[in-house]
Amino acid sequence: MNLTHDDVREIVGLLDASHFDELKIETARFKLTLKRAGDGGWTQESASAAPAASDAAAKSGRTEVALAPGTAAIRAPMVGTFYRAPKPGAEPFVEVGSKVGPDTVVAILEAMKLMNAVPAGTRGTVTEILIQNGELADQDRILMIVALDGA
Amino acid sequence: MRFRRVLIANRGEIALRVMRTCEALGIETVLAASEADLDSVPARRADRVIRIGKAPPAQSYLDWRAIATAAAGCGADAVHPGYGFLSENALLARACRDVGVVFIGASEEQLGLSGDKWRARETAVAAGLPVVPGATVSTLAEAERALERIGCPALVKAVGGGGGRGMKRIDAPEQLAATIELAIAEAQAAFGDPRVYIERLVTGGRHIEVQLIGDGELLVHAGERDCSVQRRYQKLIEETPAPHLKDGLRAKLHAAALAFGKALAYRGLGTVEFLVDDTRDEFFFLEMNARIQVEHPVTEAVTGLDLVREQIAVAEGRPLALRQDDIHAHGHAIELRLNAEDPLEDFRPSPGRITRAVLPAGPGIRVDTHIGSGAAVPPFYDSLLAKLIVHAADRTQTIALAKAALANTRIEGVATNVAMHQAVLADPTFVAGGVGTDWFAHAWPTLKSQFE
Repeated sequence: MNLTHDDVREIVGLLDASHFDELKIETARFKLTLKRAGDGGWTQESASAAPAASDAAAKSGRTEVALAPGTAAIRAPMVGTFYRAPKPGAEPFVEVGSKVGPDTVVAILEAMKLMNAVPAGTRGTVTEILIQNGELADQDRILMIVALDGA
Repeated sequence: MRFRRVLIANRGEIALRVMRTCEALGIETVLAASEADLDSVPARRADRVIRIGKAPPAQSYLDWRAIATAAAGCGADAVHPGYGFLSENALLARACRDVGVVFIGASEEQLGLSGDKWRARETAVAAGLPVVPGATVSTLAEAERALERIGCPALVKAVGGGGGRGMKRIDAPEQLAATIELAIAEAQAAFGDPRVYIERLVTGGRHIEVQLIGDGELLVHAGERDCSVQRRYQKLIEETPAPHLKDGLRAKLHAAALAFGKALAYRGLGTVEFLVDDTRDEFFFLEMNARIQVEHPVTEAVTGLDLVREQIAVAEGRPLALRQDDIHAHGHAIELRLNAEDPLEDFRPSPGRITRAVLPAGPGIRVDTHIGSGAAVPPFYDSLLAKLIVHAADRTQTIALAKAALANTRIEGVATNVAMHQAVLADPTFVAGGVGTDWFAHAWPTLKSQFE
């Protein structure tokens, strides 16, 4: 819904002077219905047209992904800046193909100058790294995919 | 500096309210949202959304580290905290400073002072404002001694509290033992600060507050708001101007608020709250709120100001463009808070999903809301669904317009207090104007029986 109450008021002002009793606007982003009420007042009814978990979730980074059988996701436990290495210029904690165990540190998330180690939490081989070094990770964002051992 | 991008660290109608002004100013908006709000109307409207944590506020909207990190990470110039949550939190202000982002609010020092209700009280005394008798207490023995001096009824308040939260009433000394320990525990849980104080409870008084706008040097007021229709210290209806206030007393309130703001060299939007006994022409300082208030739209309705725009301008470091002579109030405005709570079930919160929302529109009517048909009302946050603000030439016409607007309001899917507002607007005592803060609790049983 991209109209402000001032916009609605102006539209109602125009309608009020007309012989119309109802206006429906439907766009890809929202629906708005304005109706003349019995007492000379007006009503507004709006709904966002977007289906659940679409654009806003997309704006917020990837948290849902269809995981192949035998794989697991390593997610950001908090919002933070993602770093692949303990300090600039150092070797990354892991690369695609690295073996990891549950306690293997795979990355750092920096939140307010606090460096938070991110453990793999699972045992297997890193197959994908889905975020760039230095990028902001939303909480729960998928950072890496791991192919599980024995799968 | 002109802001290009602002992170909004809040949810619901106030997130949308701030977004509207940002959009009008050409500022990009980034919404810091919890997991429960990713599909909300504000999240869809923002230019970008950052998920800052899980649904419970402690893991998202109260996580100042996550918010400052998100602000720096998305390249925001500033953070707007809205009201509630971290809007008066000096830790967030400092965290923003540490990452080079402007906090749109009072200075850290002022937040430390207004956020500490006892220090605020001491500042008020120093600025010559009257306060009710009170004392800080940290043990039961101290509380007993203080209560002897102050007398009953009294209120136990959290030093770190505000917005009506963390207050407990004491009618007799024997209630003190149970109440004081609960109050200390609750203060610790809710505000992370166990300190409490006891103040004499002035019954029958009115809650009237004055809006301040300052840039650190220049300070103006934008009139008062009467917020006396309350239930358990939560405001239900606010209006401006305060009805039947003698002009001498009105001018004294404005002057006292300015004196307090000047003592702080106040910067930003702030509200000074008073308890007013208009039968005796007396008033007492209650507290200062260093943030935008829920009820700011009634002030905007009568003055034509955009308070968020003024707030952003001051935060950008620009001098206040307003002078006291520029601010004129026209007509009367009333705000009704439409909450997802069931007035027939002791105002029990009613989270769920809005199946249909028909809201009033037209001249003199403003609805600030984040709900539309299909919107979720998560159980983790406060129950405010919409604010209905009506504005007309005088109070009588405003009440008539409010009644017509409510008659055109249909919210389905969750219980609401719309019928409660209809009952209040039809009540002769409310219509006469000037009720005290204890009025609603006394009037409610009768009002309720009319629509049960």
